[in-house]
Amino acid sequence: MTITETVLDWSGPLVDGEVVLDERVAPRAPWSAVVAAGNVLTIVDVGGNQSADCLLFSDADRSERYSVPDTLAWQGNAYVRTGTVLRSQHGNPLATVVGNEVERQDTIGGACGKESNTLRYGHHTEHQHGCRENFLAEGARHGLSARDLVSNLNWFMNVPVEADGTLGIVDGISGPGKRVAFRAEVDLLVVVSNCPQVNNPCNDFNPTPLRMIVTAPTGAPA
Amino acid sequence: MRNTATLAAARDDARSQAGTLADAMPYLPASSSPFAPADVDPSRLTWAETVAPGGYTSKVVARGTRIRFTDVTGDACAHVLLFSAVAPWERLNVADTQKIPWQAYLGAGHPLLSGDGRVLATVVGDTSGRHDAFCGTTSDAWNTRKYGDAAPEGPSPSGRGLLTLAAAKQGLGPRDLPPSVSFFQGVRVGADGAFDWLGSTGPAEVELLAELPLIVLVANTAHPLDPRPEFTVGPLRVHAWRDGPTGPADERFTSTPELHRAYLNTIEHAEARGL
Repeated sequence: MTITETVLDWSGPLVDGEVVLDERVAPRAPWSAVVAAGNVLTIVDVGGNQSADCLLFSDADRSERYSVPDTLAWQGNAYVRTGTVLRSQHGNPLATVVGNEVERQDTIGGACGKESNTLRYGHHTEHQHGCRENFLAEGARHGLSARDLVSNLNWFMNVPVEADGTLGIVDGISGPGKRVAFRAEVDLLVVVSNCPQVNNPCNDFNPTPLRMIVTAPTGAPA
Repeated sequence: MRNTATLAAARDDARSQAGTLADAMPYLPASSSPFAPADVDPSRLTWAETVAPGGYTSKVVARGTRIRFTDVTGDACAHVLLFSAVAPWERLNVADTQKIPWQAYLGAGHPLLSGDGRVLATVVGDTSGRHDAFCGTTSDAWNTRKYGDAAPEGPSPSGRGLLTLAAAKQGLGPRDLPPSVSFFQGVRVGADGAFDWLGSTGPAEVELLAELPLIVLVANTAHPLDPRPEFTVGPLRVHAWRDGPTGPADERFTSTPELHRAYLNTIEHAEARGL
């Protein structure tokens, strides 16, 4: 068995401001926090090519939540980049991407789960941990259930769509210490699964940690 | 002049309306549909309806039901959500529906997958080829901005508003509505991710086969990327009939490794539950 040296770059916040929360997420583990409106969450891809599966809920009304189709239709494009407004199913802005160090971010591919993994890889993967399990477990801490799980963001995952409609997860375009940052437009419950998947390229077959940094803007608004 | 001044007169007036035909209505029994498909024995029909432009419908159907949607004029857009009728927290998962078959564009042979590794329905017929699983349906904010109104009772209802009503008729709430797919108005993705609106191919049909007992929600309203400034929707016809779910004798059962395992999971689930 070959042990590969994993390079970790814990980096730092992508935007200036006072750090109000700074947490590490273990490989394969879930995480959640409420980010106050106006504050910015930087997610650091510490080991590189580690998919941070992410769901967003308005903290004031958690039945209002991130919507892939509304986000995409509103901007007329299938990928998430700097400037993308992350919208709810009512079309309302939940957050805005204010910094991004990879070419594009995925929100088509959805999450892995024990059951869907049996379709992708075979029934031998049934008892491997998946993002859907992380979402269910972490969501339950906030009173959320399977009804609240919808298609999600995948920070640092690469899902190209070819001209004939072929799509899938391929080798990542991130690297150790790469970051994405988004500003909460409302008080935002952020639920993240640090993808446990070991069968596909979304995390180089080797789950690595994430760093989650919330900053509050300092000084007068620009 | 209608006379509704007394109870007897009002009763007679109400009863005199029976038998009126409308452009959009259900046909009961389904075998009485004036638009029954030529290739289906009418006695097998279980659901026949014309959904109004800007209208919605919902139905619970048995495992093995074939559901044919017909875009009569080329201007229908069928926004569809599917739920397991025996456990509605199992429902359409658009991400898995695109990711598992390695194919973003819906067409014949495409499974509509739940998030639980099972096939809710299979697309078994398609003369359109123009569908969309990226953009979902419209919100009130979208239709208000685009058309000036989004109310279900108004001239340009949003898909989410209509699906919310359809869901309520089946005991489901707004939290139960995930992203939907739409049929008959196509979208393609460019190399840079930009959406290209294909629109309709003209009058066409799409046929779904229910692989589990399903709650089917349908909203017939303009696609979010429809560039026409006027709210434009045509009638949507639905005919459904009893058939059998996909099994080992069907060619599609083993058409891909992913689909094979999806059907195996679905059949195991159905047999364990006695469906």
